[in-house]
Amino acid sequence: MVCGRLPPAQPFETLKMSVVETVGQATIDGLAYLGDLTILTGRSLHAIIVAPLQGQRLRGQRAVHQAMAVGVGAIAILSLISFFIGVIMALQSAYELRKLGAITLVARAVAISVTRELAPLITAIVVIGRSGSAFAAEIGSMKVNEEIDALETMALDPIQFLVAPKLLAMAVMLPCLTTWADFMGILGGASFGVSVAGFTLGSYIQATLHSLAFRDIITGLIKSVMFGMAITAVGCQEGLSTGLGAEQVGRSTTSAVVKSIFMVVAVDLVFTMLFYFTTSQ
Amino acid sequence: MRPRASRSETERQANGGLAISVRNLRVNYGEHEVLHNISFDVKAGETMTILGGSGSGKTTLLRSLIGLEKPSGGAIWIRGADLCCIPPREMAELRKKFGVSFQGGALFGSMTVGENVALPLREHTQLDDSTIEVLVRLKLEEVGLSGYEDYNPAQLSGGMKKRAAIARALTMDPEILFFDEPSAGLDPIIAAGIDDLILKLKRAFAMTIVVVTHELASAFLIADRMMLINKGNLIAIGTPEEMKANPEPRVRQFLDRVPDPEVSADEGFLDRLTQNLRL
Repeated sequence: MVCGRLPPAQPFETLKMSVVETVGQATIDGLAYLGDLTILTGRSLHAIIVAPLQGQRLRGQRAVHQAMAVGVGAIAILSLISFFIGVIMALQSAYELRKLGAITLVARAVAISVTRELAPLITAIVVIGRSGSAFAAEIGSMKVNEEIDALETMALDPIQFLVAPKLLAMAVMLPCLTTWADFMGILGGASFGVSVAGFTLGSYIQATLHSLAFRDIITGLIKSVMFGMAITAVGCQEGLSTGLGAEQVGRSTTSAVVKSIFMVVAVDLVFTMLFYFTTSQ
Repeated sequence: MRPRASRSETERQANGGLAISVRNLRVNYGEHEVLHNISFDVKAGETMTILGGSGSGKTTLLRSLIGLEKPSGGAIWIRGADLCCIPPREMAELRKKFGVSFQGGALFGSMTVGENVALPLREHTQLDDSTIEVLVRLKLEEVGLSGYEDYNPAQLSGGMKKRAAIARALTMDPEILFFDEPSAGLDPIIAAGIDDLILKLKRAFAMTIVVVTHELASAFLIADRMMLINKGNLIAIGTPEEMKANPEPRVRQFLDRVPDPEVSADEGFLDRLTQNLRL
């Protein structure tokens, strides 16, 4: 057995200080990162809204190209996942509701949970996996290959050229995908309702429409716009801050996915609280 | 914060026929200073090569000249404009007047060669598509790449990528061209082709050209004047003949390709390898 010398025990005060320092530094770093995201989003929004009014080009074609990749490319997998989520929600709620003899409320439970929460969240997670990571990898590779430097030396602002079209595409496509996910989730719930809970397709849709308020759908869509902006900001920020070497691109991509999921959940929490308190008052 | 350049200094730069003027330039990476008090001028129409070994700071110097690295001290004037204090809009206008060819080409992988070359024209001019198409063809022909408009950069060889990057750098008919290691990683024949191309551009368009390189043969072939950077210091500057006659030991070591004694000495090698393992 190898005997090693144990490190000297740290005094409690020193340990306490190091914990405080670590937490403090992490907080400062977190706020600085949030600041970077805000600046990036602000500059991109300026490029989308203000710059065209000042006669500068809005790169519509690049935005359409991005929208196709973000939106159309995600439809198949999103449809499948949303449908399954709808079925799962119906099964989970029916499990409890049938004990109360209220299995017909399944349509209501599925409609509200899907439109308010699950469809925007699932859509965001699918888009993070497909596009958020792709943004980080694309911009990270461009950074490593000096393409970002090349843009700057050609008097092209990388944010205006690369980030703004992505932000525009995401802000438009996320609500569209969320609406589709709403529909597919409700269809999943309907498949259960029709086959198990004694609904006809017509009566299930009627029950869904009856239980949904316009606010339920609109809050989900507002959240999805915010998710889109958060995913773009994190993906592009991670790409732009990529270090040198191919390994760094992989690191940026992983980091983009993890941070985007955290940001989406944080944004979800903030907006859900905001909607809750504005409704209560 | 450094004060703005005085009007008289700016006028001196513009009227003295200087394309680039650098005074007491210092660049830091964090706490570490990588360029120390570099001063030199590049006259309009002149070809200046920046020589130096790996890690000497020559690429950092080039990045500072094209505004990608912010100096921690000193000043850089390009065509009379002080880079430290120039507003972003004016910087963008200035950048349209120079072209940069990066070490790896830095061609956009998501675009074809033609689209790469056309990009500055599409972004900065109001020219119609057919005119842009003709100009792209002309620029590619200038660098010997006619017919490669629809190729993807990934389909090109290293030398062709560099040529395509030069074509892109030439698109806006720049007054100053910067090259970062134009012949690095290329076989001697392709490298000679790139040198020929630079000489052709120099003769045909009387451009000011700044080339960062460590290839001696290439540097002596294309330069009107050259400078040698060593560990962030400018140790010699002059015409190729003056450099050849320079007796400064570090210049001689670089030009005569003499290895560093501490790196090449066999005796100390094992000691250096094991110095951290000694108890």
